[in-house]
Amino acid sequence: MSDYLLEAKDVAMHFGGVKALDGVDFRLRKGELRCLLGPNGAGKTTFFRCLTGTHKPTRGRILFKGADIAGKERYDIARAGMGVKTQVPSLFDGLTAHENLWLALRTVKSAAEREARIADAMERVGVSALRSGVLGRMAHGQRQLVELAMVVASDPDLVLLDEPAAGMTDVEVDRLASIIRDLNRTHTVVVVEHDMHFIRMIADQVTVFHQGRILVEGHVERILADQTVRDVYLGKKHV
Amino acid sequence: MTVMALSRSGGVHVALAALAALAGIVILPNAAPLYTLINVTLYMSMGVFALSLALLWGYGGILCFGQSAFFGLGAYAYAVAAINFGDTTLAAVFAIGVPALFAAGLGYFLFYGRLSDVYLGVITLTVTLIFFKLINSTGGDAWRIGAARLGGFNGIPTTPLLTIPFTRIPMSPAQMFIFAAISLFSTYALCKGLIVTRFGRAVIAVRENEMRAELLGYNARRLKLAVFVISAGIAGLAGLLFANSVFVSPTMFSLSMAAQVLIWVVVGGLGTLFGPVAACFALQIATAVLGKLGIVDPNIVLGLVLIIFVVFVPGGIQPAFAALLHRLMDIRADRPVAGEVAR
Repeated sequence: MSDYLLEAKDVAMHFGGVKALDGVDFRLRKGELRCLLGPNGAGKTTFFRCLTGTHKPTRGRILFKGADIAGKERYDIARAGMGVKTQVPSLFDGLTAHENLWLALRTVKSAAEREARIADAMERVGVSALRSGVLGRMAHGQRQLVELAMVVASDPDLVLLDEPAAGMTDVEVDRLASIIRDLNRTHTVVVVEHDMHFIRMIADQVTVFHQGRILVEGHVERILADQTVRDVYLGKKHV
Repeated sequence: MTVMALSRSGGVHVALAALAALAGIVILPNAAPLYTLINVTLYMSMGVFALSLALLWGYGGILCFGQSAFFGLGAYAYAVAAINFGDTTLAAVFAIGVPALFAAGLGYFLFYGRLSDVYLGVITLTVTLIFFKLINSTGGDAWRIGAARLGGFNGIPTTPLLTIPFTRIPMSPAQMFIFAAISLFSTYALCKGLIVTRFGRAVIAVRENEMRAELLGYNARRLKLAVFVISAGIAGLAGLLFANSVFVSPTMFSLSMAAQVLIWVVVGGLGTLFGPVAACFALQIATAVLGKLGIVDPNIVLGLVLIIFVVFVPGGIQPAFAALLHRLMDIRADRPVAGEVAR
């Protein structure tokens, strides 16, 4: 059995002649909180989609808890224990927040346990007041948080968050950072993000993507001080 | 209406429907003339047909343009099996089972082939029109299944009437009426119950957001296939009832039949069950009256009704009626009582 919860080996994803991913090797230990960053088009979202089963990699293996999930169906990967929060909140808009969380607890049969877990997840993310609100009528920030609560309620082995702070106000971002740090006490978390301020708030370890490959990995402050990373991120003519 | 609201209101709705069915069963067979009894039986068979699409489209989010394919298949399966077996109890099982099996095969290619909603609508419509053409061209002695002649555009006028289970005694019109009422109520209760089960909620989740449902571990394609098969079985039951009220003919597969059921669901209210049944009854009565008067073609009126509802009452009868009721109740609640006014 591997020491890693998630291990990607030589993962490539080609769209026609475009190499969105070109031989990515990535490892994640249980309990880690890792940020994937990189400029637009670096391949981080494509890598995220390969992990969730939305894209079938052209090449390579993705081992999750020791089993190869590359090319498996989304629902199979979810059942294996992966919880996903997408970039644009993907929710059941016609249903209430409570019903959304109810649906997230697919395997829980006991009504009492289900209600307890819904209440706990809502409390943890701070959306208890939105319980009866219909998602389609909520503000963007609230929708982001309810989606996060769905992931928390389902209690996955690995939490994948794609740009969770996108479109949030500064106050909401502060709150989200504290929720993610709290979530990392009990869960392994991967966050795709390009907001440096937010990354500094939550992460110790980061992985930088560039042109479909992993450019560098390491501690956030060391990486952000790295001249190559600054060149990639800001362009070579930055001040 | 949200899922939890559905589960809260479900019991009351089913109890009211049971009361209405019971009243109909007790009063009509004794009070109504035979012609009315047969007509209402026919309307109830169409009501079951409306429920089949109301479940599939309203809750499964699957717009099947060719629901009439399953309706016709159910009727033909019943007629052919009844003529061959003599006993109609097994034939009734065929009426539900054959369309359900056919839907399982067709649905497998539709859903596992990841076809988009538009293609699904076009393909199902094409399927029913192929059946229409095929059955229309089965005139002559060569076209028979066992002892049953398919009869081309004449259909099977000698469709045996349902018998009382495991006997050879055919049901009287009054008994057929009671059977149709029980079938309509049972189908309504089944659909109502189904949508508040874990399976039903998962089906609604897939309708709301297929990607999110899959990210939560729901097998969306299997769920869609399952509700497609259940809906086809219900349409088959409707075909069985229709075959016993009128007779089996290729018009059951026709474009007008496929369109009618869509109109009932739109007018009744997408995402409701009682609405499409009410719209089905109202529009059939209107069609019959207009046909008798002979002033205007009923199909033109049906088309107009559809346009009016799509433009002015897009939610359909049931949601509009519910909204009106809530408004009235709010007005009553806001009205100051006499004592307060006096003070």
